[in-house]
This record gives sequence, structure tokens and C-alpha cells, in this order.
Amino acid sequence: MARMYIFKRFERFWHWAQAALIIFMLATGFEIHGTYALFGWEKAANLHTTAAWTLIGLWLFAIFWHFTTGEWKQYIPTTKNVVAVMNYYSVGIFTGAPHPFRATQLSKHNPLQRLAYLLVKLVINPLIWVSGLAYLYYNELAALKVPVLAGLQLGPIALVHTAAAFMMLAFLIGHLYLSTTGHTPLAHIKAMITGWEDAEGDEPAANTVKEGAA
Amino acid sequence: MRTGILATALMASMLFASTACVSADAATEKLLKSTSDHTKFKALQQEFNSGPEVTKACLSCHTEAAKQIHKTQHWKWEYRSPDGQLLGKKNVINNFCTSITTNEAACNVCHVGYGWKDDKFDFTSEVNVDCLVCHDSTGNYRKPAGLAGNVVTKAMEFPPGSGNIIKPIDLKKIAQAVAKTSRDNCGACHFYGGGGDGVKHGDMDSSLASPDKALDVHMDALGLNFACATCHMTEGHQVPGSRYAPTAQDKEGAHIRGKEDKTNPTTCQACHGQAPHKKIAKLNDHTDKVACQSCHIPKFSRGGVATKMSWDWSTGGRMGPDGKPLITKDDKGRVIYTAAKGDFVLGENVVPDYQWFNGRVIYTLFSDKVEKSDTPTRINRFEGSADDGKSLIWPVKIMRGKQAYDPVNKRLAIVHTAGNDDTGYWTNFNWEKAVAAGMASVGAPFSGKVDFVATESTWPITHMVAPAKDALGCRDCHAAEGRLEKVTGIYIPGRASDHAGWLDTAGWTLAALTLLGTLVHGFGRIVLRKRK
Repeated sequence: MARMYIFKRFERFWHWAQAALIIFMLATGFEIHGTYALFGWEKAANLHTTAAWTLIGLWLFAIFWHFTTGEWKQYIPTTKNVVAVMNYYSVGIFTGAPHPFRATQLSKHNPLQRLAYLLVKLVINPLIWVSGLAYLYYNELAALKVPVLAGLQLGPIALVHTAAAFMMLAFLIGHLYLSTTGHTPLAHIKAMITGWEDAEGDEPAANTVKEGAA
Repeated sequence: MRTGILATALMASMLFASTACVSADAATEKLLKSTSDHTKFKALQQEFNSGPEVTKACLSCHTEAAKQIHKTQHWKWEYRSPDGQLLGKKNVINNFCTSITTNEAACNVCHVGYGWKDDKFDFTSEVNVDCLVCHDSTGNYRKPAGLAGNVVTKAMEFPPGSGNIIKPIDLKKIAQAVAKTSRDNCGACHFYGGGGDGVKHGDMDSSLASPDKALDVHMDALGLNFACATCHMTEGHQVPGSRYAPTAQDKEGAHIRGKEDKTNPTTCQACHGQAPHKKIAKLNDHTDKVACQSCHIPKFSRGGVATKMSWDWSTGGRMGPDGKPLITKDDKGRVIYTAAKGDFVLGENVVPDYQWFNGRVIYTLFSDKVEKSDTPTRINRFEGSADDGKSLIWPVKIMRGKQAYDPVNKRLAIVHTAGNDDTGYWTNFNWEKAVAAGMASVGAPFSGKVDFVATESTWPITHMVAPAKDALGCRDCHAAEGRLEKVTGIYIPGRASDHAGWLDTAGWTLAALTLLGTLVHGFGRIVLRKRK
């Protein structure tokens, strides 16, 4: 049985720390929203803010890591094999067909993953960053006397922030489920913990994905 | 050994020195308080038979004092608002005792003068200024009701024939002990506004004469021990901080000595500045929308004295089984009905109402038309909104009432209540006579009919500031049905009524559908894999 080292140490740390922070911020965030009482409003608000700064710190490291290691290329979208992968998840997975994609060190994500993660990185995350920082600093922003910011009200800021939170929640649910779709239900999760992916199982039917960095 | 003896000698001398210091300090302290000892003034070493005689003596040194007083609201009881309305006690009809007109002899015991018993009072008189009511330090100064602010120097029966003897006061002793104003001086009137202890304001009553820290963190008698004038920093007898000209929003920094600052010195910001929260900086983000008072005065009437929350004059005039004017008390022994005044609802530890306030107050004056349909008639109303850039969310006491008006001429009634005569309501319980006398006194027409109209007045809550630990918590407002539930025009995180309903619906639907999709997908995998 072949094993392949796919996820590096920092990458795994980043992933799990981010996962914990996002789940924690969803929990505290919806309490601040008024959906339920869990920690107590004040505590929830304080924890949410602390977690936000922690996550921003983590993101800064992650961005640095992505660019210095060239790992950012993992998220360049590709249309190749998208249909094959979609077919696999809608049909093949039920009939026991092999996954059309096999992860390699240079191409960790299948084309659907690339698209999904890119959506998170380019749409959901920026929405949360910008609206979240505005949520924290709208007083100061309004005081800057910049015309665009002068009329900044908390209502619209909170609206965007809440909308982004719902998107993140939907992503989280989908992501959690899809993590169970490896050759065993825990295969992907194990790989994300140890870094090593089993190359066990059927050979991929059409492993023609080429490196985006070519 | 030698050092031991030296040390002992040193300690002994220190001990001696410190004992000697105690008595010397007390004398020095007294000396350093004032350059004058009023007991030594010739002008005060005489028997005084009336208030004006004392004032004359005061003015022999303090030559300009009366002229300063003449310029104050305390003297004029009149104030022209920026909106041009003529306000002040002389002009306003409120929904407590309603109006001073024709009732001066009773109401005007709280005037800083002697003898304002009717509309003929001479406002240019210097000797009629009452120095002692604000500067008495003995606590023995009295201005009995019914004597138009005059004092009693020889025992007298009042009202005549009542058998009620008013004891005289010793004006010489009082005059020789004058001092700076204290909480007791101001409180003698301001604690008792509306006709009794705590009746009117809700945030001012006799419990503030000597409050503990929990009741008022600034006036705490064993702590900071502020006098009223510590905040109402008075110069030339002009007392700043009147509610007739309130500062709803103070955007200036803390006052600094030496730096000329013409802004209101009574605001919280005048001392605390714009960013007073050091430990939890996020709280400073609230100060552009929320008045300090909203969080730091969690409740009013917290000192054990009840305030009146409503007053229904229309039920007055009931006689008891003994044929005498009825008085009813609640189970705590507090009066909740009198024939003279009608029904009261009392409140203690009251959660204020909250509203936007920009400092502009509009009154319904005697000259304004009143309709029974405009329930309630707003005796006054606080202007303000979320987006005028001048308003903060303020805590207020809303006083509700039912009071007499002329349903034909559609005017609030001037009621002659106090007075030992045939028309005074408190003596004869006849509305038509009492209103006829009141209206006639100002030359206003009266239809002869009296009805009652629902009224509402608004009072700022700004005293009884609690220690920081007792201030409101986040959850008091950041919640559905929180304290600010009714305040509109602002997004408050956690307040359900602010949520965009479509977003919550769409968001939860998206999450639910995603979950459902994964469940169906997962179920399919399990079933089909087993079949295989």
C-alpha cells in the first residue's frame, strides 16, 4: 500500500486551527445575533472578537505560507475533469466507481474542491473580514470624515456579516459531509491529521489532471 | 545601643509632633476655608425680625449679590427657550400641582425671595432676595407653606384659627453661620418638587441628602461627597445645568483648569471626557449614541423614597364616612389618594423609559389648544431622532396624569388650589369655582365647564448615578425585548426586531437544505453500498 505525504505540518495546523475558530465564531456569532443564549451575550461578544483577531493572525501566516511556498497555485481553477468529478459525486459514488481524481503533492484538490475553496477564499472570507472589521470599527471609520464612510451604519454592516456567516455555515456543513467520502469514511480526515494519504484502492479511472503550474 | 536611644527619641518626637498636628490642623483647616468669620461681622450682630432685614445686612458687604440673583432663573422663574417659548415655573402648566398662578403663597416658599404672594411681586427689590435659603448651614431655616416665602420670627398660629403653631427661627444664629451651598440647601426645594419628597423628578429626593455609594457614586457621603454645586459649578450665582436648557450631547473633552471652556460643566463629559471606559474599550463605542445616564443610572427612585408615576386629578373630592376629605394609603403606608389631589400611582426602583433626545424640549403652554382626542396631551416632549446628529438615547421618567381643562375653550385649566378662601379647591373641592378663579386671575375666558384631559410629561434622568459595577450589562439592551426595544433608527446586535427577516429565513433555509442534501446523499451511499 502506497502512502503519499500530501498535507504539510503548517498546512494541517492552519486547517484545524481555522476549523476550530470558525466553528467557535459561528457559535458565538449567532449568539450575538440573538439566535440563542450560550455563553452570555457579553462573553460571546468578547470571545468572538478575540477569536476574530486570532483568526486574522492565522490568516496572515497562511497567506504568507501560500505565497512563499507556491501553494496558492493549488487554488487556480480548472475546468478539466469538472464534469467527471461531478459525475462521480452524483452517480459513481453510489455505483462504486473509482474516483476520477487522485491527489498528488502538486495537485491536492480535485477540480470541484478548487472551485469551492476558491469561493471561500475570494468571496466568503473577504466578506467576513471586511464586514467584521467594519463591525468593530464603524465608529472610528465614520469619524474619519471620508464621505463614503461617513454614513456608515451598523445595520448594513451587520447584514453583510450575517449573510457571510450563513454562507460559511452552509460551506461547513457541506465540507464536513464531503470529508467522509474518501475510500473509507475517515480516510480524508485521517489524511488531514497525519498528512499522509493512502494511495490504496482502485486506480483512478482518468487521472489526467495536469499540474496548473506547468 | 546609641542608635537605639536615638531611634526611640526620634519616634517619640514624631509621635509628639503628630499629636500636636491634629489640633493645629483642625484650626488651620477652618482658617484656610474662609477669610471671614461671619460671627465677627457687626452687621450680623443684631436681632432680625424678618428675612429682608437679614438680606439688607448681607448686602452691606456683598453689594452686588442681589443684582446677580435678579439675573437667575431661581429668581425670575422664567426662561425663554431657543424655540421662543416662554417657560419657567411662572408660565408652565405641569401635570403635578399644575400651576403656581393664584397659588403663589403656597408654591413660592421655594422662590429665592420673600413675599411673592401674587402677580404684584416686585422683581426689582434687592432686600426681597432670600440669601439664607441657599446659604444656611444650621439646617434650622424654614419657609413655611402659605407665607409666600416669608420666615417666622415670632411664634404664630397658621392658618389663623387652626391651632397650628409655627415655631420661630433664630435668624441671627442662622445669618452668622452662612456657608457655601450644600445638598441640604438645594434639596430643601429640589428634593420636594411636585409637592412632596421625590414626587416630581424620580432621580432627586431626600435620600440624596446623605446617600451611600450605591445610590450615588458622586454624592456618596462617606466617599466623594459631592455637593450639588460640585457639578453645577456656579459663578456669580448663575447655576448651570437647568433642565429647561439641557445639553443632550456633549462632544467636548473634559474641562481643564486654565483653559477657557464655555460648555456646560454639569455634563458627565465635562469631567470624564469622551472615552471614559479604560478597561473595556468597546464601551467607548457606545458614547456616540447612548447617553452615559442610560447605562449608569439603572433605575431611578432607588433611595427608598417613592416618586409619583401618575396623578389623576379627576377623582379628587371624595369624602370619607366621617364627612372629612378622604385619604387612602397603600399597604406600605404611602398616600395613594387624597380628596385634595385625586389618585396617585407611586414608583420605586423604576426602570426608565428611553428615547432619542437632542436637547430640544417643546411645551404645551396655556395659550395652546388642547383636544381631548390628542391623548395624551404632551405637557412637554423631548425632540430627537437617530439621524439628526445631535441626539443620544436618554433615560427619562414619563409622568402621566389627568388634569382639569376647559372643554369649550379647549385650554388647560389654571386651578386655584391652595388658599383659605371660598374658591380654593383644596378647601372647598369645587372644580368650577377653583378653575373660574384661576382663569379670571390671568384674564382668560372660562366656559364654566370643567373636564379632564390625559397628559404626559417627560423628565430627564440624570442623578442617582450608580457605581460602575451596578451599571447595565450588555444583555439589558442587546436582546429581544431589552430596555431599548422601543428605540428606533438604530441597529442593536442581539435585538431580534432589527433582523432582516428575509436574510434569517434565507440563511437558515440554505443551511437546512445543505444539511438535507448531505443526509440524502449519505443515506444513498450507505444503502447502495450494502446492496453491493
